[in-house]
Amino acid sequence: MKLTGLTAAIALCAGAAIANPISPSEIEFDEYGAVQASLSGAPGDAERGAEIMVTRSKGNCVACHAITALNDAPFHGEVGPTLDGIAGYRSAEELRGIVANAKMTFDGSVMPAFYKTSGFVRPGDGYTGKAAKEEDLTPILTAQEIEDVVAFLLTLKDG
Amino acid sequence: MKMKAMTALCATLALSAPLVMAGGADDDKMVINGETEMVTKTTAPAHMENVSEIMSGWHFRSDETQALQLDDFDNPGMIFVDQALDAWNTVEGSAEKACASCHEGPESMKGVRAVYPKWNADAGEMRTLAMQINDCRENQMGAEKYKYDSVPMASMEALISVQSRGMPVNVAIDGEAAPYWEAGKELYYTRTGQLELSCANCHEDNYGNYIRADHLSQGQINGFPVYRLKNAKLNTAHGRFKGCVRDTRAETYSPGSPEFVALELYVASRGNGLSVEGPSVRN
Ligand code: HEC
Ligand code: HEC
Repeated sequence: MKLTGLTAAIALCAGAAIANPISPSEIEFDEYGAVQASLSGAPGDAERGAEIMVTRSKGNCVACHAITALNDAPFHGEVGPTLDGIAGYRSAEELRGIVANAKMTFDGSVMPAFYKTSGFVRPGDGYTGKAAKEEDLTPILTAQEIEDVVAFLLTLKDG
Repeated sequence: MKMKAMTALCATLALSAPLVMAGGADDDKMVINGETEMVTKTTAPAHMENVSEIMSGWHFRSDETQALQLDDFDNPGMIFVDQALDAWNTVEGSAEKACASCHEGPESMKGVRAVYPKWNADAGEMRTLAMQINDCRENQMGAEKYKYDSVPMASMEALISVQSRGMPVNVAIDGEAAPYWEAGKELYYTRTGQLELSCANCHEDNYGNYIRADHLSQGQINGFPVYRLKNAKLNTAHGRFKGCVRDTRAETYSPGSPEFVALELYVASRGNGLSVEGPSVRN
């Protein structure tokens, strides 16, 4: 039973031509918090990244960051710095690390880790207020979604 | 007419380029019914480590929402106070008593809201106002307890709060209260849920800032119970705590739980010096 499921999953991945995504538990940060390799093994789609960044149930990055290029989505917050021009001073590797787990770059940051699945205090089942069903949660963003967000951030050249 | 106004509004929205809102607290003065002057900003109590000035959540709301709290005829929370006044005088339970049988008029409750949660030596427990109300109902009246964060409970709390309106919050945190206060403080600074956010991350590090469309306040509870425009009813402090913890993608605690009782004492103490405002009005 289990094996069939697994085989099916592998077949699916192969079908989508995705080389082994790196799981949240395998991800390696360098000493500055950057992550070298693409998490999904595939390039990111900037347009999808923009969508993820304004979607409440996904990145909801505009809750904390103002981004002029995303002004179609109302109400940008001010908890974090503006991301205008971020590509001018951050590399893809640094951005990947920050989006995956900003605490590896900024110690104690209030920015949530979007690619982390364990080590939480009282993890919940989404926004239900109930306890999480499994010990390891689903990351807030998938490997590909992180790559999509990074691709969009890399378009933010003028600040 | 309406359509035109809408189109104009949309145009303004589209034009106001960066939709970043200016944060901070305003400098408005709160005077209730044109007579009761309220302390809504004051020096933080000595036990607060990272904040020098404490402020009512009222300063972070829009002018329209603020105005609703300035006059009891406009404050929708006062409807619930009226309902609680009926409950106050209603005989219930096996002892055939009403609150009024033991306490006379609700004015006898002046000063009570300001000092709760409070250590009860006889029972050997830290008591919130809600717990005290239920203790009276159960043990003095032989009546059923109110559900902890129900509307009848919030309404009774509002009736009692109004008697202390304008008095400074002054909860004790020493002696028997100390361990509860410490436990509440621990919770306040614990980063919970998949978003790993603590109360302090939002209400201490970021008050005055917008988080999406929400203008973060200091998360004070001097205004509870709170009438919220969002759900059109009175809300308890524990109900608010529950919502805030849930929003960190965490497993929340229940209203009335020992954790929230300790947290209430701690959060209340962060407002020592602010006027009791309940029932206040928020969005
Ligand atoms: C709850 C608030 C919050 C959310 C949500 C959030 N961030 Fe952040 N972010 C911050 C803060 C605060 C900082 C500044 C670093 C620090 O001091 O912690 C930051 C820093 C950053 C930086 C580095 C900026 C620089 O100048 O180097 C990037 C890039 C970034 N965030 C991207 C994102 C993206 C993309 C998302 C959504 C997928 C996101 N953030 C969601 C709060 C947030
Ligand atoms: C992710 C951010 C966030 C976290 C974490 C958070 N809150 Fe809140 N809280 C809010 C927002 C947004 C509001 C509504 C705006 C306001 O009044 O600050 C709010 C409102 C409140 C209010 C109502 C204040 C008023 O004047 O009506 C209280 C009380 C409160 N929070 C307490 C807490 C406590 C206690 C914790 C921790 C257990 C907590 N909050 C954690 C975001 C948060």
